[in-house]
Amino acid sequence: MTTITDPQKQDGFRLSMLINDTRYRSLTFQGIALLALIVAIAYLGNNLMTNLRTAGLNISFEFLGTPAGYDINQTLIDYNSQSTNLRAAWVGVINTLLVAFLACATATIFGVIAGVLRLSPNWVVRKLMALYVEIFRNVPVLIWIIIIYTIVTVVLPGPRGYLGEDPEREMLLGMFAFTNRGVYVPAPISEAGSAVVVAVFIASVIGIFAYRRYATKLLYDTGKLLPVGWPSLAILIVPTVLVYYIMGQPISLDMPDPLANRFNLKGGLQIGAPLIALWFALSIYTGAFIAENVRAGILAVSKGQTEAAAALGLRPRRIMGLVILPQALRVIIPPLISNYLNITKNSSLAIAVGYADITATLGGITLNQTGRAIECVLLLMLFYLVISLLISAGMNVYNNAMKLKER
Amino acid sequence: MKKTIFLGALTVAGLTAGAAAAATLDDVKARGKLNCGVTTGLVGFAAPDSNGEWKGFDVAVCRAVAAAVLGDPTAVEFVPTTGKTRFTALASGEVDMLARNTTWTFTRDVDLKFEFTGINYYDGQGFMVPKDLGVSSAKELDGATVCIQTGTTTELNLADFFRKNNISYEPVPIETNAEGQQQYLAGACDTYTTDSSGLAATRAAFENPGDHVILPEIVSKEPLGPLVRHGDNEWGDVVRWTLNSLVAAEELGVTSANVEELASAAGDKPEVNRLLGTEGNLGEQLGLPADWAVKAIAANGNYGEIFEKNIGESTPIGLARGLNAQWTDGGLLYSPPFR
Repeated sequence: MTTITDPQKQDGFRLSMLINDTRYRSLTFQGIALLALIVAIAYLGNNLMTNLRTAGLNISFEFLGTPAGYDINQTLIDYNSQSTNLRAAWVGVINTLLVAFLACATATIFGVIAGVLRLSPNWVVRKLMALYVEIFRNVPVLIWIIIIYTIVTVVLPGPRGYLGEDPEREMLLGMFAFTNRGVYVPAPISEAGSAVVVAVFIASVIGIFAYRRYATKLLYDTGKLLPVGWPSLAILIVPTVLVYYIMGQPISLDMPDPLANRFNLKGGLQIGAPLIALWFALSIYTGAFIAENVRAGILAVSKGQTEAAAALGLRPRRIMGLVILPQALRVIIPPLISNYLNITKNSSLAIAVGYADITATLGGITLNQTGRAIECVLLLMLFYLVISLLISAGMNVYNNAMKLKER
Repeated sequence: MKKTIFLGALTVAGLTAGAAAAATLDDVKARGKLNCGVTTGLVGFAAPDSNGEWKGFDVAVCRAVAAAVLGDPTAVEFVPTTGKTRFTALASGEVDMLARNTTWTFTRDVDLKFEFTGINYYDGQGFMVPKDLGVSSAKELDGATVCIQTGTTTELNLADFFRKNNISYEPVPIETNAEGQQQYLAGACDTYTTDSSGLAATRAAFENPGDHVILPEIVSKEPLGPLVRHGDNEWGDVVRWTLNSLVAAEELGVTSANVEELASAAGDKPEVNRLLGTEGNLGEQLGLPADWAVKAIAANGNYGEIFEKNIGESTPIGLARGLNAQWTDGGLLYSPPFR
């Protein structure tokens, strides 16, 4: 037997092989690219340091420990104007996470509903959803935030209407006030023993899942069908209410007080108009994108699946829930991750309506009052990078759990 | 991706610092144009008129400097800046000077490395409230919602004032004066606070200015003045002495009407002669033509004329001279001597 290609003689490594030999070529180019990148970064970094030195400035993070000096309107942790800049940054971090979490949840709900309804056999519903998607995803989110905030401040009445002994406006059920500065709702106050009530409530929720799992198992094993709806409700409510009274009503409500001062309602839980506007705008805007993902995901499931499920006698809602969505999720989740990342990053537009997120506190007021632009921007980049990577990682775990298991 | 962002940030920072070190006076002369940072729009201080031409008290300072350096008061590129962007714009060299009701403070002067070249308006922070609220003193504002421009000294003064008086408030941070005006009128806040001159200017632009009152309390000292980058003393001197020339001109009775005539030949007042370049070489010492101050004064008139034309009692803004009168009239304006 003769072979046409002789194996090369192993007479060692020649320099030209770095370019000519396919085994080394890609490594060579990667090495060159890496080197160029390092040189470029070093050059820019050096340039920055030299110029800062010439201008008599330095990189220092000491400002994080000095009093911030400004107040913030919505804080979930204790904060006053004498707290440090670091504390102010934390307030911003928590506010960012709050609005990102809320908006991700509602955007998913809007998106799934609109996406499913866009494929509805009903012409009106289908076209309405198409209209929603096209209007909302084709106008920049900043415009939506401002539009919604303007609507909230112009349409809703000022808080003064609710104030005084004999107010012009009654609070809804005596507890809820809707003003152009935000929505006031009663806030729960915990007293001694409230932890027990909360624990029982959490236990009940776990109990519901356990009961449902048991019911399903029983159905599969014996074919016996247990009722699920009303027992779940009972498990949720009865133990908690019982314990609440046994412990002597340890949780009371803090109502918005119309008599505290002449400007605003005081007490209760205030959900500020900026938060509402930002939350709603982000959810409805990103919801439009998610709707398209959901539609794409559903269309990716072959029509035969629907027909087969229908032939087995499943009703349309069950077909969607049991057959189509589980398969569609595999297509939907990867783009959903990037939509969640978009919500988190778009929340940095908060300052447009005066919501104190991290960009507004650390990257806005602190940056301005201390003049430490480079430090603040580096910290901001680090924060958004970490948060985005965490969301990505979390969603990828979920994606791996949902994806087609090939055996 | 992350590397790209990082590189971008470093580039910007690198360029920023790189541009700051050059000699500004030569740059401006070579460019033939002065880049002047102003507000995004505050009627009376700096705002474009119906023809798109910038007008106002701060604008006049820019024009005077342009006239002194380049001989042409129109050779100015106005760069609108917000409270947030102004210092970056100046530090990066995007503008040669800021004339933007900016308060002279220790940190801005020392830590941020800027040089304040004088004070063109002595101001103080005030509060504006709707009349029907029935508030007559800022101390009655317990629990009020306050609109406040972010990144300003007023933001810190506000926190101090309420803390000192042990009363509470809800801040609504806003970016520009126009936004503040809109929020205040929409009732998103009970009171709007900024420098009292700014409040007067804002109120003048309302449909019904009479429905709003400015409370009597002045809660802070706000000396406003033009500023330049630290470390370029020649340029700092040019801006400082241009401003001083406007103040001195009012004190010495030099106006836009008589400046040409007074400058045509040396008169009998030595300081006027030195100011207008008919005697001595003050212009040469600054690196400017001998008639630099003549041009600066001819551009918009002296300090008093600029004040009256833009924010004085005959304008809708209607500010009295008050602290901003000449020291000879009981005010604080006091130009060092020209000699």
